[in-house]
Amino acid sequence: MDRRSFFRSLGTGVLAMAATGLPTRGLRAETVASGSEFLGVLVDTTRCVGCRSCEEACAEAHDLPVPDITDESVFEKKRDTSVTQLTVVNRYTTRKGEVFVKRQCLHCCQPGCVSACLVKAMEKQKEGPVTWDTNCMGCRYCMVSCPFDIPKFEYDSWNPKIVKCNLCWQESVKDGGRPACVEACPEEALLFGTRRELVDEGRRRIYQNEDKYVRHIYGEYEAGGTSWLYLAAVPFEQVGFRTNVGTTAYPWYTAGFLYAVPIVLILWPAFLIGVNQLTRREEKTGREGGAK
Amino acid sequence: MNDQVAAPQIRSLKDLWTFFRGELEPKGKILTPFNVISVPVILVGLALIVYRFAMGLASITNLSQEFPWGIWIGFDVMTGVAFAGGAYVLTFVVYILRNEKYHPMIRATVLNGFLAYVFYAGALVIDLGRPWNIINPVIGNRFGLSSVLFLVAWHFLLYMMAEFIEISPVFAEWLGLKRLRKILSSLTLGAVIFGIALSTLHQSGLGALFLMAKGKIHPLWYTEFIPVLFFVSSIFAGLSLVIFEGSVSHRVFSHQLDHEHRASHNEILIGLAKGCAGAMFGYFFLKMLVFVHGGYWSYIPTPMGAWYLAEIIGLVLIPCYLFLRGVMYRNLAVIRVAAVLTMIGVIVNRLNYSIIAFKWYVPLPAHYVPHWMEIETTLAVVFAEIWVFRWIVNRMPILRRPPEWVLEEEAYERERKIVRGEVLQRQKVINT
Repeated sequence: MDRRSFFRSLGTGVLAMAATGLPTRGLRAETVASGSEFLGVLVDTTRCVGCRSCEEACAEAHDLPVPDITDESVFEKKRDTSVTQLTVVNRYTTRKGEVFVKRQCLHCCQPGCVSACLVKAMEKQKEGPVTWDTNCMGCRYCMVSCPFDIPKFEYDSWNPKIVKCNLCWQESVKDGGRPACVEACPEEALLFGTRRELVDEGRRRIYQNEDKYVRHIYGEYEAGGTSWLYLAAVPFEQVGFRTNVGTTAYPWYTAGFLYAVPIVLILWPAFLIGVNQLTRREEKTGREGGAK
Repeated sequence: MNDQVAAPQIRSLKDLWTFFRGELEPKGKILTPFNVISVPVILVGLALIVYRFAMGLASITNLSQEFPWGIWIGFDVMTGVAFAGGAYVLTFVVYILRNEKYHPMIRATVLNGFLAYVFYAGALVIDLGRPWNIINPVIGNRFGLSSVLFLVAWHFLLYMMAEFIEISPVFAEWLGLKRLRKILSSLTLGAVIFGIALSTLHQSGLGALFLMAKGKIHPLWYTEFIPVLFFVSSIFAGLSLVIFEGSVSHRVFSHQLDHEHRASHNEILIGLAKGCAGAMFGYFFLKMLVFVHGGYWSYIPTPMGAWYLAEIIGLVLIPCYLFLRGVMYRNLAVIRVAAVLTMIGVIVNRLNYSIIAFKWYVPLPAHYVPHWMEIETTLAVVFAEIWVFRWIVNRMPILRRPPEWVLEEEAYERERKIVRGEVLQRQKVINT
């Protein structure tokens, strides 16, 4: 092995070491969030009757076009949230009858979109809501990194915004109020509270009605835990939930790489300077020429 | 066309202006096939870009809520930056390892790298929804320190500066500014070292962007080693582009090359091919490790499995073999074929991450396919880059020998170093 190949392999080794990273410290996304109880909503899909009052209230609260909730034809297709609908209710036919599921941002405890944002336009408020701000540059990395594909982008505008549920943070929750959808629900299918209380309540309902629910609270561990939690009578994959999101909070997937950055920035130049010095010595001790 | 341009005498702003105006005039034929094709493409591209800024992204792209990133990211940025990797690899070889054999290629490669960043990372501005906020991560209208994209953005900016410093002596030589050239040349090594560190991180960083798209990228492509794979593949992406671009330049700008440069050209290409083959084998090996560890055998008999095999065998293993064969039999034609295959492979790989294997579960009508206007604007950006490249190469000592006064100065410097080295040696002898 000559000197050059030795350095090459050494370099590869250092690089590989650095690239694997040292995920030992806490995450920024997490420190933003810690310190208080997150607010969230427990959705009991067994209580939801599909009246879409939540859609109506949401649109009114956010100055969006108010949908006609008497129109049942919307249930024929599975709908996604959009730039004009921050929440939608879908109908699923299961062996336990019709199930209605409300869809909106789940307000992850450690959100991928927040750690993805390079200007902190996406922010996790310490009370729990994930909100968007206008210093956004519209790169749409939040959309790529959201495990639930929630952030929506106004492709038709010269001055586009990222649009998603903000848990009515600016509208009322900041001042101690409740989200519009929760206020509007006539069936008490939506329960607003701190996440800890909601998990307790979800467990209580499952234990007291073992035949009614599947023994799983969706959002308790999914993608590292979300502020919106769901109860259902049938397995969640049958009613449109993503079950491949794992239990790791999404920011952790890039944490290892980010920890490697300072290491590479320190070790790599030092190594390069060293190699440069070694090759210089050779030039000085006589084998000159060649240089051009 | 005269090959050896005398140093312009620039003493005042007026001189500079006269000189500059002279340089703006076209050098060479105007009605070439390249011009006839590229000019309309660039003009239409400009019109489309104006239209896009007035009407929003949906007006000329097929981007959707499901597919927020299209070819402007997947091709322009992801692939463009990988191809620009030749600059950091060659500066490593020439300035760090001091392998002088590749010196004749260094200026063209660094210039190409610099322009690639300016144009392809610049094309990012078209893709941004709110481009006037692009300055925010720099001025601190909140620093998103936990974002890989924050790192990539800063590194793009810093690396552009580093590459500009690396290439800047050329501008000084062009303008005949001796003192400035000396100062700028002394910054080269620092810029090179800084540039290599930055490149390592943002080449892999572009891959790290996709780590949070877990579940959206097909398991045959998604792995926690994406950053390493992106870094290693940028080595042979850059080198194969240098081989390709070198071969083209060699023909197009042939009259600018001196005899020495022309003679060493083949040796350089063979050396680069060797480097490519090595990096590609390493890459293939890593890919296989990931594959075997993941136990992904069950995906192979699916359509995506076939696509994976086509990429990893047809566009990595086969060109790797062709490079080796080309080196062994000193066959430049084979090396060029291998370089083109490798480049296609890199394009396919980056598009896989950003478009094709991204949400592979969304079937075609709903799956993103670029709009012709997105392809048109991309072509316009590529052509615009080639225009600027050609403009500079025709006027500045990129491929041709630097002006006489530079060579004299370099010879003097070298002499001084050798003398100093001998003096040091002698002192050592005396001391012992």
